Amino acid sequence: TVAKQTTTEWLETVSHSLFVCSQQKELTSKKRDEFEDILEERRLSSDLRYAMKCYTPVIYKGLSPCKPNTIKSAVLQSEQVQYVIKQLAKEMGESPDIIQEEAMEILDEMGHSMQLGAVRFFAFTLSKIFKRLFQRVCVNEEGMQRLQHAIQEHPVVLLPSHRSYVDFLMLSYLLYTYDLALPVIAAGIFLGMKIVGELLRRAGAFFMRRSFGGNRLYWAVFAEYVKTMLRSGYAPIEFFLEGTRSRTAKTLTPKFGLLSIVMEPFFKREVFDTYLVPISISYERILEESLYAYELLGVPKPKESTSGLLKARRILSDNFGTIHIYVGQPVSLRTLASGRINRCPYNLVPRHLPQKPSEDIQEFVSDVAYKMELLQIENMVLSPWVLAAAVLLQNLPAMDFELLLEKTLWLKGLTQTFGGFIEWPDNLCAKKAVMSGLTLHSNIACLVDGHVVLNDKGVEDGAVGEIVFKRALAILMCATYRNQLLNVFVRPSLVAVALQMTRSFRKEEVYSCFNFLRDVFSDEFIFFPGISLKDFEEGCFLLTKCDAIHTTQQEIYPTDKGSVIVSFLSAMFRPFVEGYQLIFRYLSKETKEAFTEKQFIPAVRNFVFQLLEKGNMQCYEALSSDMQKNALAALVQLGAVKKKKMSNGFTYNVNQEAVNKILDMFDARIPVQKPVAARL
Amino acid sequence: RQELLKWNGWGYNDSKFIFNKKGQAEFTGKRYRLGGMVLPTFKEWIEKTFGASLEHKTTSRASLNINDVPPSIVNEEFLQDLRATKISYSQDAEDRVFRAHGHCLHEIFVLREGMFKRIPDIVVWPVCHEDVVKIVELACKHNLCIIPFGGGTSVSSALECPEEEKRTIVSLDTSQMNRILWIDEKNLTACVEAGIVGQDLEKQLAESGFCTGHEPDSMEFSSLGGWVATRASGMKKNIYGNIEDLVIHIKMVTPRGIVEKNCQVPRMSTGPDIHHFIMGSEGTLGVVTEVTIKIRPVPEYQKYGSVVFPNFERGVACLREVAKQRCAPASIRLVDNAQFQFGHALKPQVASIFTSFLDGLKKFYITKFKGFDPNILCVATLLFEGDREKVLQHEKQVYDIATKFGGLAAGEDNGQRGYMLTFVIAYLRDLGLDYYVIGESFETSVPWDRVLDLCRNVKERIVRECKEKGVQFAPLCTCRVTQTYDAGACVYFYFAFNYRGISDPIHVYEQIERAAREEILANGGSLSHHHGVGKLRKRWMKESISDVGLGMLKSVKEYVDPNNIFGNKNLL
Repeated sequence: TVAKQTTTEWLETVSHSLFVCSQQKELTSKKRDEFEDILEERRLSSDLRYAMKCYTPVIYKGLSPCKPNTIKSAVLQSEQVQYVIKQLAKEMGESPDIIQEEAMEILDEMGHSMQLGAVRFFAFTLSKIFKRLFQRVCVNEEGMQRLQHAIQEHPVVLLPSHRSYVDFLMLSYLLYTYDLALPVIAAGIFLGMKIVGELLRRAGAFFMRRSFGGNRLYWAVFAEYVKTMLRSGYAPIEFFLEGTRSRTAKTLTPKFGLLSIVMEPFFKREVFDTYLVPISISYERILEESLYAYELLGVPKPKESTSGLLKARRILSDNFGTIHIYVGQPVSLRTLASGRINRCPYNLVPRHLPQKPSEDIQEFVSDVAYKMELLQIENMVLSPWVLAAAVLLQNLPAMDFELLLEKTLWLKGLTQTFGGFIEWPDNLCAKKAVMSGLTLHSNIACLVDGHVVLNDKGVEDGAVGEIVFKRALAILMCATYRNQLLNVFVRPSLVAVALQMTRSFRKEEVYSCFNFLRDVFSDEFIFFPGISLKDFEEGCFLLTKCDAIHTTQQEIYPTDKGSVIVSFLSAMFRPFVEGYQLIFRYLSKETKEAFTEKQFIPAVRNFVFQLLEKGNMQCYEALSSDMQKNALAALVQLGAVKKKKMSNGFTYNVNQEAVNKILDMFDARIPVQKPVAARL
Repeated sequence: RQELLKWNGWGYNDSKFIFNKKGQAEFTGKRYRLGGMVLPTFKEWIEKTFGASLEHKTTSRASLNINDVPPSIVNEEFLQDLRATKISYSQDAEDRVFRAHGHCLHEIFVLREGMFKRIPDIVVWPVCHEDVVKIVELACKHNLCIIPFGGGTSVSSALECPEEEKRTIVSLDTSQMNRILWIDEKNLTACVEAGIVGQDLEKQLAESGFCTGHEPDSMEFSSLGGWVATRASGMKKNIYGNIEDLVIHIKMVTPRGIVEKNCQVPRMSTGPDIHHFIMGSEGTLGVVTEVTIKIRPVPEYQKYGSVVFPNFERGVACLREVAKQRCAPASIRLVDNAQFQFGHALKPQVASIFTSFLDGLKKFYITKFKGFDPNILCVATLLFEGDREKVLQHEKQVYDIATKFGGLAAGEDNGQRGYMLTFVIAYLRDLGLDYYVIGESFETSVPWDRVLDLCRNVKERIVRECKEKGVQFAPLCTCRVTQTYDAGACVYFYFAFNYRGISDPIHVYEQIERAAREEILANGGSLSHHHGVGKLRKRWMKESISDVGLGMLKSVKEYVDPNNIFGNKNLL
């Protein structure tokens, strides 16, 4: 009964905390669960015994046990898939049998086949590997307990953040450790890896082709497969809202396709409810950090092949610090949807017919996606090194160690005021904390003569271009850590940037500038859609809380003490403000004809590279293809670039005048009067 | 008649559940087959299901407190005019309170513990169509509000008087218009006055060898006019049809005049059928006075039956197949496990060791030999009607289908008991109310493919809402598929809980019922299959029939009754 009580309690909490973006949350006093290191026990007892342990996961209450093959044939025979097969047969003049066979092949390629043997094999090897790679793997046990309740109650969808391939291996490992059903994973990445792929499949992963936009059969089979597993409560379903690994450690804007698939059974009331569980996985040091930096700079990454993974063995001798996994409160989809969904459309069409989601459904799916990402962000653990990296990046190329310590401690306080989740042991002094960070990240920075220096080895010798490249590499890697702070800081910081840009204290003006920045950076940072004013108020509230500003009914003033904070915050976001301007300038000057993304990236990279070579400016981060893509997407959203679908993908057309106007707003040459005007 | 019936509960005064001196449950009276029998396992079931205990008892007040009753305000001129018509009337408090309510939970609760804020000021008893015409004319002349009253079995707050009604409210009791005017054996129709009560109609028709076959669960008390006004449905609709299939001609008195057709034909193509404005109008347009209804010769042979299914899913699949093959017997109902157990708890003490031995053997066969889980299995009850040979043939066809879905024939007796229980179950609420248990039934209709999801989700929603609203004990929440159609089914829910520890049980109950209705609508179910809308479900009308649809109904009301003489505020 105690268990029952806690379930109801957290149900209540969940229902209360939904879509509350309005009230000024008491960010610092937020209670978070304690962490537990799961590797500790692994280091003390036999991995083999652990792998062979009695594994009887709790299951969904309504589950009648079934084999993967039963699921496959249920999917194939389902009205949904049969309907699409018949439709396609009619359209293409083919016999339905042929298409049915095609569907069967798709299922085989995609389908998982969970086998306990493979699971045990993984449990054993992963124990060995994780112990070598990581110092600690910390998990909030209460979160695991909540998850355990949730799994028994309703179908569960796990929504982890995605920073590394380790994510889903770790999550399956974790669920096995806690005797929970292994998730089936919708991942789109392993089709190239034969052996490992098959092993993963047997451990429960299922595969999704990366792009099947046009293939209706594939979509139908895939969607039905996911839904069948969800409806039957067979196992938790896991996928990444971000769609792919974030190369910058900054949460990517969500993708909606899979989310709307897993929500549909609830919309159609085939299930009573569905739990969405945000999971935040934070790495002290990301396994793929240097790969990512190369990739962002346009150096092709190694294919995801088995041999590639084997080469990754070299990594095994390296130390990657601590992983924190925070399993968030399961969020009831039913509670989220209450009062928001018009049920009529679902009642008037047979449930097996594919139906384009109505506008309010699409909006709802998008809201939920953003909400889940914000919940992920809220529980991402920030290490001392993240703070140090943020400070260091504002003091390149070298910085006095003592000053770094002082600033890091100062930033720690600020981060906590803003609600950041810092894992900093109580008794650990700043020196030790930063030193251990430096040791762990010696590939990025090191201590030379009392100064912390960015580790861009061999910069002195070599051509100018090479120097720029190496420096960019080091900066991008370092930025990966600072980036982890950005979504926590973005609201107050954009207020700070707006204050500086407008050079005005009138609230109205500051707000319209804030609103403009929020629109421009809507693909760069995570904002809940449509609540610009609330975001602004939250930003102001946090700045007031740390005494950086003083607000009246009409005006906002930085306080004397606050100018340090305001300039630190806007410096933190300067790379983005400058980078975007650079990219916009490139687009307004250099592009006359339609182009594709494939043409755009190298061209803009070249443009920035030359400027850096000439030493005209220092914005290395503008070299990041991630920023370049986001900036382009922002212009599309602002209507300054037209995106057209062609047979070979998308092409872009720049409206020079519109881009120039946006640039003018950045330079505050024209005051950004109204948000409407800002949107052109 | 009023004397025979309970003033603060369901049905006849002499029939009720009690706990006898030994603490065993007993059903009193001789009207039902269960009458006078001891129900040995019932007490245990109540305690187990609701967490109720015989020690915690509430008592209703013993009789109406006349002083609480709102005074009757009737203007003297109207009374004079009324006296001139020789129509009998009453301003007596008990008569007025008796007609101020239906049988919703909150209404019964008010009777037991409080008083209605507004009740009729006067009750009139017309004896024929012409009397009704006179009363409606007088109401128009004096600007009064008329609320027609038939059997008083409404469960939609339809009979409650609108609190804000300032005019004199006249309760028009049709009970004295209860004659069969003629029987036409050639066309198999009968013209009947609308106040006749179901069982009297069947009894009187039976004297001539006929029946209507319309048997709603309330047929002992509900009236023909009420059936028409609410779009009623009968248990045996598979053979005889629902009220809309049975009615050939309706005569209704409205403030605008009398509405009727010029002939009594099986079908006509003369624009939208005006009968459909009347059926389901819930007393908002006028008073139905005479109805010509189809009749059938009384069937030669009746046979009950029952089938046990391993689970509810298989049972529903079987009913769907029966509907698909269009071979549904007069009645076919599928009760879920909780209701099966409930029926079990109402088993009377067995007469002989032999019967008890036989029962044990049956149970052993089903649970041990066939491997049915007694906590999952469910039962369908069947009623066949017709000539003997055809019934037996029909029976075989249905049992063959059942076998395909894992069903096992479970005997006539179980079937018959099942149907008897529908009549008796209504009495149970009064017993529950004595022991802090409140409950109610509600219904819906739903497409076949959504039946299972709807049943599961509605139950789950109720359980969850109870928990959230602080109900301390797990609720009883059970359903049955009670009618089958080509395209869907009618599902009937019972919901009850022990409200000890809750200060405002009725409010909590209503919130939960409302949530359950929301859930039904979200699952593709209808607002109502046969109970109607009344005032209880008005809020969902717009969603149910669209803005324009509602406007269509409103414009009819506006034309027929511009001064809102029929001002019970139902439906619209």
